[in-house]
Amino acid sequence: MIDPQVLERHGLKRDEYERIVTSLRREPTLTELGIFSVMWSEHCSYKSSRIHLKKLPTKGPRVLQGPGENAGAVDIGDGLAAVFKIESHNHPSFIEPYQGAATGVGGIIRDIFTMGARPIALLNALRFGPLDGPHGARTRRIMDGVVRGIGGYGNSIGIPTVGGEIAFDEPYDGNPLVNVLCLGIVNADALVKGKASGSGNPVYYVGAKTGRDGIHGATMASAEFDEKSAEKRPAVQVGDPFMEKLLLEACLELMATDALIGVQDMGAAGLTCSTCEMGSRGGAGIEIDVRHVPQRETGMTPYEIMLSESQERMLLVVKKGREAEVEAIFEKWDLHASHIGEVTTDGLMRVKDHGQVVAEIPNTALVDEAPLYDRPTAKPSYIDEARALDLTSLPRVDPGDALLRLLASPAIASKRWVYRQYDTMVRTNTLAAAGMSAGVVRVKGTRRALAISTDGNGRYCYLNPRRGAMLAVAEAARNVACAGGVPIGATNCLNFGNPERPEIMWQLVEAIEGIADACRALDVPITGGNVSLYNETDGKAIYPTPIIGVVGLVEDASRVQTRVFKGTGDAVVVLGEDRGELGGSEYLKTVYGLVRGDAPALDLDRERALLTFVTSAIGDGLIRSAHDVSDGGIAVTLAECCFDTDGIGATIDLPSMPSVPPWSSCFSESASRIVISVEASTEQELLARAAAAGVPARRIGTTAGNRLTVTVNGTPAIDVAVAEAERIWSTAIEQYFKRVAA
Amino acid sequence: MSVKFAVVVFPGSNCDHDSYHAATAVLGQQAECIWHKDTSLKGADVVILPGGFAHGDYLRTGAIARFSPIMRAVGDFAARGGPVLGICNGFQVLLESGLLPGAMLRNRDVRFHCEQVHIRVEQADTPFTAAARTGQVLQMPVAHGEGNYYAAPEVVRELEAARRVVFRYCDADGRVSDEANPNGSVNGIAGVCNEARNVVGLMPHPERACESALGSADGLVLFESVVRALAHAGAVK
Repeated sequence: MIDPQVLERHGLKRDEYERIVTSLRREPTLTELGIFSVMWSEHCSYKSSRIHLKKLPTKGPRVLQGPGENAGAVDIGDGLAAVFKIESHNHPSFIEPYQGAATGVGGIIRDIFTMGARPIALLNALRFGPLDGPHGARTRRIMDGVVRGIGGYGNSIGIPTVGGEIAFDEPYDGNPLVNVLCLGIVNADALVKGKASGSGNPVYYVGAKTGRDGIHGATMASAEFDEKSAEKRPAVQVGDPFMEKLLLEACLELMATDALIGVQDMGAAGLTCSTCEMGSRGGAGIEIDVRHVPQRETGMTPYEIMLSESQERMLLVVKKGREAEVEAIFEKWDLHASHIGEVTTDGLMRVKDHGQVVAEIPNTALVDEAPLYDRPTAKPSYIDEARALDLTSLPRVDPGDALLRLLASPAIASKRWVYRQYDTMVRTNTLAAAGMSAGVVRVKGTRRALAISTDGNGRYCYLNPRRGAMLAVAEAARNVACAGGVPIGATNCLNFGNPERPEIMWQLVEAIEGIADACRALDVPITGGNVSLYNETDGKAIYPTPIIGVVGLVEDASRVQTRVFKGTGDAVVVLGEDRGELGGSEYLKTVYGLVRGDAPALDLDRERALLTFVTSAIGDGLIRSAHDVSDGGIAVTLAECCFDTDGIGATIDLPSMPSVPPWSSCFSESASRIVISVEASTEQELLARAAAAGVPARRIGTTAGNRLTVTVNGTPAIDVAVAEAERIWSTAIEQYFKRVAA
Repeated sequence: MSVKFAVVVFPGSNCDHDSYHAATAVLGQQAECIWHKDTSLKGADVVILPGGFAHGDYLRTGAIARFSPIMRAVGDFAARGGPVLGICNGFQVLLESGLLPGAMLRNRDVRFHCEQVHIRVEQADTPFTAAARTGQVLQMPVAHGEGNYYAAPEVVRELEAARRVVFRYCDADGRVSDEANPNGSVNGIAGVCNEARNVVGLMPHPERACESALGSADGLVLFESVVRALAHAGAVK
């Protein structure tokens, strides 16, 4: 019965099948094979990445929950914890953009409230192909659908989308990335775990009915795409944010009692994953009868019920004797809690259908004994060639024109067209929203706020995955610090191609090690995350794209800073030093169409000193605005400081670098730099404090007038009207979508 | 002496916490969240129907909410002259319940809009605008996909003639224009009241504009108005 075709359909290799037989000491039934296939899929088992993920630092004095639970948690004082995680929904979003993105949002929200936390903020990191490339029409349709899907879910459920970032590059043409981060707040002593324990305790199923949607979604997410991918549309689920809102409120109400033992959402691999993971974490077994599972369609087999990925479903274990109380809470919210089984002591996942056993597998076999691969790695052959960069061969472009072209490039242009479609303010906590470097939400009942940023630069990682990953950690931490937040925890989403190819595996290992080094040096533990592999279409991989989400703690919410200049006559100061680095820069890509050179260097000790300095100076009220230098270099940074100010300009003189052309100073992306503005009267104090902290600081100009004027060593480079530059920047993305009326 | 606000909670309400927070933490008044299946407003002096997606709103926004048990109590309260404020989805619920005239269409660009807008106070003789000046410009956010107010031409004429358009979208200087209208509402209407003027609905979110740290405190005047109006009427214990 189980022949090579059956195995192939399940994405299982011959030797993996043999492991299953060894584990069970017999041939699996088809239902059991299906269960193994999803639990041992790359998506659920992390079989290619697990041995490398162990390198990440996951501990720290503030870490209350590291990887392994539904989400991580860090102590934010006042007896509270921030619970957060980032997750990908790349493959479904390519096949069906609206629902793919919407259910991505729904899935990560469930992971947060499953921990007992009330979700208060969403961010998303998106990657698309060029909006005007050969696949521009398709890309615009995908982006439009993704944006509507994110809004459609988050807006309805009432969780503000406060930040994120979007970039556009050819390798994402056939494989967009949709990574969603959710953060919630819970009393630190009320964190809920996803474990089953206590023999005889009832197991409940709550939420939407089970249908045939999403069967093998986890397996789909573990394979490359080809021209037949549209046929996989049934593997994408449909989201119902109203159902999730009911689940959210009912679960939080239940968690306020002590009737609950553990809970887990049914995400990837649905009922299968929640059952065996809860059993495995609690060292227990779970026995369920699929007859009791509410079903949306008739004639569903146990196989289909166990593998369905229908959305908005939760599995709960509650204390025996408290059933009536639990059921009453769900009834209040018009939800029906179905008693589908019990906790057992035998460590088995036992699935019955009308009393007949159809699957009986040790939980440990599914969870702990999943295959673990140390896949071969090989440095890709393109790298050495791509790193070579000769700036002197490039034709000269007027720096002012180059700045305007950069401001119009979708990666740098204002994302207002996007975030205007998201509710950024519901729950009345949002102190800085989309459009600023970090999203900032206050924590009601305390003086504190949380700053959150997601960052990742695929181009850097393509040229140098180790350094690119380190830079992603540093940039996310820097963005949080620019808002006044001390980075206290991080989550990562690793988006890569097919790990069975040694070049891709090399990128993955390099990136993980880079993240580990940077997180260790900056003292930002990773508390959880997600790995998304096989991001390839027709054999072409995306750029290696690790996305890092960093959470920062702002002690005094009234001190929160943004990038925006506050008035004229302020001193403009740059912290950190330029090294004239243009490798992998937005400038080379936008102006010359080049993706070449090496990613900028990163000195983690300097970065750490910079972050410490800027957060303490903001905390002391010395700084009037802060904005990190990243894509597009300092010229773009300065322009963005002028935007949203009603036209405050600046007069700037930058030092020139030896050995690179003078305009490099405007567009270099050297890391560990922040542009700040301070009142003229505090300039000396600030510079003295910076010197004492070992942070290079240099006054480069003054906020003045309504033009941005930049000279390099006294030689004129840029002179643009702020209003004109802002018009270009703020309307660029909208223009693409006006051309294709929805 | 303090005013007691009732904040009605439908299962998909998501601005209930925000209205509650504005009434209690910001204004220092009392407030109670009232579940939609309840039948009593529990002695409240003023009722807020908050924003959100009352019952998922996959049909028409607010279409199912009017069947919730609490809506009978809200209707009775309004009929006795009690002040009722519907914000965003709460406004939509008031329209569907027949407590206010008109209907909501999807925004004219068929997209959700969340952004700061300006509205002009057109009438200062409702309980929610009594502390404002006619012509005063308020900045507060909108966040909706279906806020394009529509009513038949004769109904709009009647609303205008009876001075029942309470708020109108405008620019920062108070000028009403098409550019300042975020959703295509007829005559730039952002909010209206009933004939007796005690029931007011508006699409923008005053409860999100009660603290300057959030971008604007202009919304406070709606809440201060009702507190003052109730004090004047001697309605508050």
